[in-house]
Amino acid sequence: MAVCVAVIAKENYPLYIRSIPTENELKFHYMVHTSLDVVDEKISAMGKALVDQRELYLGLLYPTEDYKVYGYVTNSKVKFVMVVDSSNTALRDNEIRSMFRKLHNSYTDVMCNPFYNPGDRIQSRWTKRMLRVLASSGHS
Amino acid sequence: MDAPEEPLPPVIYTMENKPIVTCAGDQNLFTSIYPTLSQQLPREPMEWRRSYGRAPKMIHLESNFVQFKEELLPKEGNKALLTFPFLHIYWTECCDTEVYKATVKDDLTKWQNVLKAYSSVDWLIVVVENDAKKKNKTNILPRASIVDKIRNDFCNKQSDRCVVLSDPLKDSSRTQESWNAFLTKLRTLLLMSFTKNLGKFEDDMRTLREKRTEPGWSFCEYFMVQEELAFVFEMLQQFEDALVQYDELDALFSQYVVNFGAGDGANWLTFFCQPVKSWNGLILRKPIDMEKRELIQRQEATLLDLRSYLFSRQCTLLLFLQRPWEVAQRALELLHSCVQELKLLEVSVPPGALDCWVFLSCLEVLQRIEGCCDRAQIDSNIAHTVGLWSYATEKLKSLGYLCGLVSEKGPNSEDLNRTVDLLAGLGAERPETANTAQSPYKKLKEALSSVEAFEKHYLDLSHATIEMFTSIGRIRSAKLVGKDLAEFYMRKKSPQKAEMYLQGALKNYLAEGWALPITHTRKQLAECQKRLGQIENYLQTSSLLASDQHLTTDEREYFCREILSFASQQTDSPGHRVALPMHSFAQLRDLRFTPANAVVHVGGVLSVEITVCSQMPVPIHVEQIAIHVHFSIEKNSYRKTAEWLTKHKTANGVVNFPAEASPFPTSQSSLPALELYEMFERSPSDNSLNTTGIICKNVHMLLRRQESSTSLEASSGLALEDGAHVLRCAGVTLQPGPNTIVFRTQAREPGTYTLRQLCASLGPVWFVLPHIYPLVQYDVYSQEPQLLVEPLADSLLAGIPQKVKFTVTTGHYTVKNGDSLQLSNVDAMLILCPEENRAVIYSNTREKVSDALLRVQSSDKVTSISLPAAPTYHLIEFELEVLSLPSAPAAGGESTLLGVTEPHGKHKDTQKTGHCMATTDHKVSIDCPWSIYSTVIALTFSVPFRTTHSLLSSGTRKYVQVCVQNLSELDFQLSDSRLVDTHDSTDLRLIPLNTESEQCIHSRQAVFFVWELKWTQEPPPSLHCRFSTGFSPASEEQLSVSLKPYTYEFQVENFFTLYNVRAEISPPPGTEHCRTGSLCSLDVSITRLSDLLEVDKDEALMESDEYFSTKLMYEVVDNSSNWAVCGKSSGVISMPVTAQATHRVHMEVMPLFAGYLPLPDVRLFKYLPHHSAQSSQLDADSWIENDSLSVDKHVDDQLDSGSVKSRGSVHSAASSEHKGLPMPRLRALPPGQAFNSSAGTQVLVIPSKDDHVLEVSVT
Repeated sequence: MAVCVAVIAKENYPLYIRSIPTENELKFHYMVHTSLDVVDEKISAMGKALVDQRELYLGLLYPTEDYKVYGYVTNSKVKFVMVVDSSNTALRDNEIRSMFRKLHNSYTDVMCNPFYNPGDRIQSRWTKRMLRVLASSGHS
Repeated sequence: MDAPEEPLPPVIYTMENKPIVTCAGDQNLFTSIYPTLSQQLPREPMEWRRSYGRAPKMIHLESNFVQFKEELLPKEGNKALLTFPFLHIYWTECCDTEVYKATVKDDLTKWQNVLKAYSSVDWLIVVVENDAKKKNKTNILPRASIVDKIRNDFCNKQSDRCVVLSDPLKDSSRTQESWNAFLTKLRTLLLMSFTKNLGKFEDDMRTLREKRTEPGWSFCEYFMVQEELAFVFEMLQQFEDALVQYDELDALFSQYVVNFGAGDGANWLTFFCQPVKSWNGLILRKPIDMEKRELIQRQEATLLDLRSYLFSRQCTLLLFLQRPWEVAQRALELLHSCVQELKLLEVSVPPGALDCWVFLSCLEVLQRIEGCCDRAQIDSNIAHTVGLWSYATEKLKSLGYLCGLVSEKGPNSEDLNRTVDLLAGLGAERPETANTAQSPYKKLKEALSSVEAFEKHYLDLSHATIEMFTSIGRIRSAKLVGKDLAEFYMRKKSPQKAEMYLQGALKNYLAEGWALPITHTRKQLAECQKRLGQIENYLQTSSLLASDQHLTTDEREYFCREILSFASQQTDSPGHRVALPMHSFAQLRDLRFTPANAVVHVGGVLSVEITVCSQMPVPIHVEQIAIHVHFSIEKNSYRKTAEWLTKHKTANGVVNFPAEASPFPTSQSSLPALELYEMFERSPSDNSLNTTGIICKNVHMLLRRQESSTSLEASSGLALEDGAHVLRCAGVTLQPGPNTIVFRTQAREPGTYTLRQLCASLGPVWFVLPHIYPLVQYDVYSQEPQLLVEPLADSLLAGIPQKVKFTVTTGHYTVKNGDSLQLSNVDAMLILCPEENRAVIYSNTREKVSDALLRVQSSDKVTSISLPAAPTYHLIEFELEVLSLPSAPAAGGESTLLGVTEPHGKHKDTQKTGHCMATTDHKVSIDCPWSIYSTVIALTFSVPFRTTHSLLSSGTRKYVQVCVQNLSELDFQLSDSRLVDTHDSTDLRLIPLNTESEQCIHSRQAVFFVWELKWTQEPPPSLHCRFSTGFSPASEEQLSVSLKPYTYEFQVENFFTLYNVRAEISPPPGTEHCRTGSLCSLDVSITRLSDLLEVDKDEALMESDEYFSTKLMYEVVDNSSNWAVCGKSSGVISMPVTAQATHRVHMEVMPLFAGYLPLPDVRLFKYLPHHSAQSSQLDADSWIENDSLSVDKHVDDQLDSGSVKSRGSVHSAASSEHKGLPMPRLRALPPGQAFNSSAGTQVLVIPSKDDHVLEVSVT
């Protein structure tokens, strides 16, 4: 289970950000925001190669003492950032990857909603689905 | 810095650790060869083929040659690899069989037996040949024999285990060859031994690892075993493989910790769970930290010890591999995972101990890396190390907080105790760094020693970290560290230093729209600004926070109270005010004008209703809300008219404002879309296009500096416009959420008013919306009173009552009781006033206000309409009926002009074209009470009928036909049609042949009336008639007024028949019918029907002896070319003026076609003599020959029309060119005077037999 999931627009403003222990939301906001530094770095460093390989997963952005921050970037440069508790050793790279893929699919569904304006913040109705996605991935 | 001593590439510290090779046999010999051997062995690499599919490697071999001792051989179960002898060499230079047999063989056998006892198979016997030696001996056997003997005796099927080295100390090619062969053999055997022994070792190790689930298995023991392997690889300079061993150990341990966390605890692991007592950080400056290794070996190591040792080994190997950046990365992972593992294993750690350990470790790693890289390398790899810097900073910070070094007062005793405990845990400084000035140990100790020292170190670290983050473009990370620094400064009571960092971070978050960080940072900033006494900024931040949805209600209320309490303070300088942007305080949602078109007349009341959404959490009492209005006098006078303004406004008067750009301007780097409009400027005089262009209406949004758009906290840009025009609303309480505020204003000066700014004031605090956008305007106009008179129908019809609407637009004039409109009467137009005529008063917005009875008083000259009293800018509407008296255009052209009635200028033309009605304009002059000038209003009436008349004859009987055409759209009822002789001749009677007295005449139809003229005596030469018919619209039942009949006057002259003309065509004699091409006879007889009459008395009349005659000219014309007139077609006859006098003319005509042919026309003209003074005459013959068509045409015309009055003049005009010549004149007889009794008769002509004759005659 991820402790925080964020979808970030191409322009780096959050489209959706939700952390599961809500009491420490602010910390995760700061963390995800700071992680964009590394996302930017990774995208610009291996942008070309990534596009060629169609590899959207950016891997571990940076670890902190308590959390690991993973990144993923879609072709339209929408970023997904996931914060995972460091103590959660069950989550290996492959699980993270598949969680991101599910997140991406779910995000694509949101985009397909004709009532959704691309660029708008994603409403919390999405949360349920999102949580389901992430929870299910956690067990896989 | 304390650059460590070792240069690059790193020196291998394990000098003593080389694979051991034992030497037995002749020690002196070996000693002599050893220098060459140790030098030559590593010179050439050798391929090492590996088991388990591992990639082969080229390897440079070195060895540690030691004298053979039985103790060196490992006993069963000894896992030590470093001391393991990989190869045993027996050296001999024996060349003497005797000697061999005597000593060497025994020695060899003994050696072999020892080896066998230890089951060591890696051995080699080297026979050194020395030519010099050989020469000295006498009983020399061939060289081969000794070798062969040895091979025979010892090398059972392994002949390659005995090699010969020839003259090793000589410099010859043979020596070289021999060396090469020997070295190759040696290397091969060494590698074989490695492969075999290491393989065996690995197998054993694996077996041991598989036993890890068994009780009593010890990780430390296993660690030592696998490390042995690592050492060997390291010894062989296979650092990669060595690293793998450590990594495997690392992973194994990590897995155990994870499993432990999952409840699957291994016994041995509990040992690592002992409380942390020492936290002296990583030691990376020694290749092997023997102290820690021994702890592990003794199974006394703590988790941190194990991790530290493991990492120090990995670090060493990575540095050997020239991968310092991996060290940095792994270090960070290690530090994080250690912290995690301690947590997972629930190891008790004194507070701050880990922070110390991490801090020391970070610096140690950094210093270690700095020690082996140059500045440029470090600078270009900041991305790898900055994590450690930031981690160290973070840890130092938390240590500072922990030890009370950040508080204002400094550490208290508890803090000091804690510090002492922490320092105790560091132990003594390691000897290897004791001489380094900036060692991590010293730094930490110093930092914890005093508040000042801590500050220095913390600032150094923070600034370094920020600088590094910034230099590699990790701005967000830099800002986050900056925020920590700001927090630190705030704790240290230096808000002025904190502000910069907070602003920087806030700007970053605002630019990217991160709501929670914005809120949080703003909160910190508010605190900072409060302490700095930046009132304005603080209030602004407070207002932003008070409206921030991400804060709790309590927090919001707190910031709201801050504003309110400032606002309620008595300021020392009364004029001082603080202008803050409004959007955080309240947002303008919509604006509604009443009246909806936002146009008011001068003095009118305009109300502006705005909806503002208060963002404050509590109701706020605002002293005043004001809208600053910009006034401009509209230059284009056209714009002032109410009609224009009405058209150009939003229909319902509501202006919606887009939701205020949320505190996240980021959602688009896109700016608002351009709002472009076309602009055409026309010249006021002729409306031609002067200028055209495109106007961008939201320039102020687009062209502002990017900078200012992001720094919303900057309040300096708020300029309050001070205009004279302000809409105010005082004492408003704004509830949270939407509030409606109504402004009322009485319009004063005409012009355009633009709403510019919205401003809410709370004492000295002013919340200002600097631009109201989209543009909102209202207009004030002033209007002159106006009178508009317009028919209700499309056109007014003359003769029947028609409704006309009067509209009085009062404009700025107040209609008082007694004001009246004075209409000058027009004779031909009556103003009818029904009894119950009401005037309706409408307001400017077309709402009915009242109605009043309209009083109309008519005198001879003037009709006075009393207007009801009406206020300014109202409309008074009423209707009046007018009746234009019909004026028939007389046939004689003498139209009766009544009063100022003017026939329409195009009267004649319109009649001729036939489909338009004749019109008459009536100009009415109206005196209005508001003006000294009269208003002249023209009303155009159309005459609905067109009337024509004609005279019909039948022999001597005469008829008058009148045709009335209805040109209007209405149906009319005609009644009482009559024709009267205006001259009232007693002997003349008009007998109507019309049956019905009432007749309906439909739209666009005509009605004919016929009267027979009868007379008893001699008829008058001319008849003056007046046709009159009553008419009323067929649809209307009752008319209030009796209508005047429609009249038509005309005049008929010379209507009495004088001559009867008869023509007859008879076939040639002997034939029954006329034939084409054959001549027929035309007999014309002209008979005078009456005696001399008054009309005959003209120039043509000749008198001789009471006998009167007149000259007539006849003419036979066949316009349809049916006949060819042969011979003379005309002639002049003298006609006696006597009743029944007849003149016959015979002519020959030839029919040109077959069929029933009408007879040719016979025309009669009066032949006037040439002696007439005023007119010339035509030569009859020449005239006839010329056969002027124009004359004929005139005649035809006049035959059609009844009017023959002007025929003389027409004729004379036609012949004016002949003026002056004495020529006879012709005058057509008026149609009434000559009656053609054979008109309409036809003659049957049958076709001729021979057609060609016809053709000839035609040409």
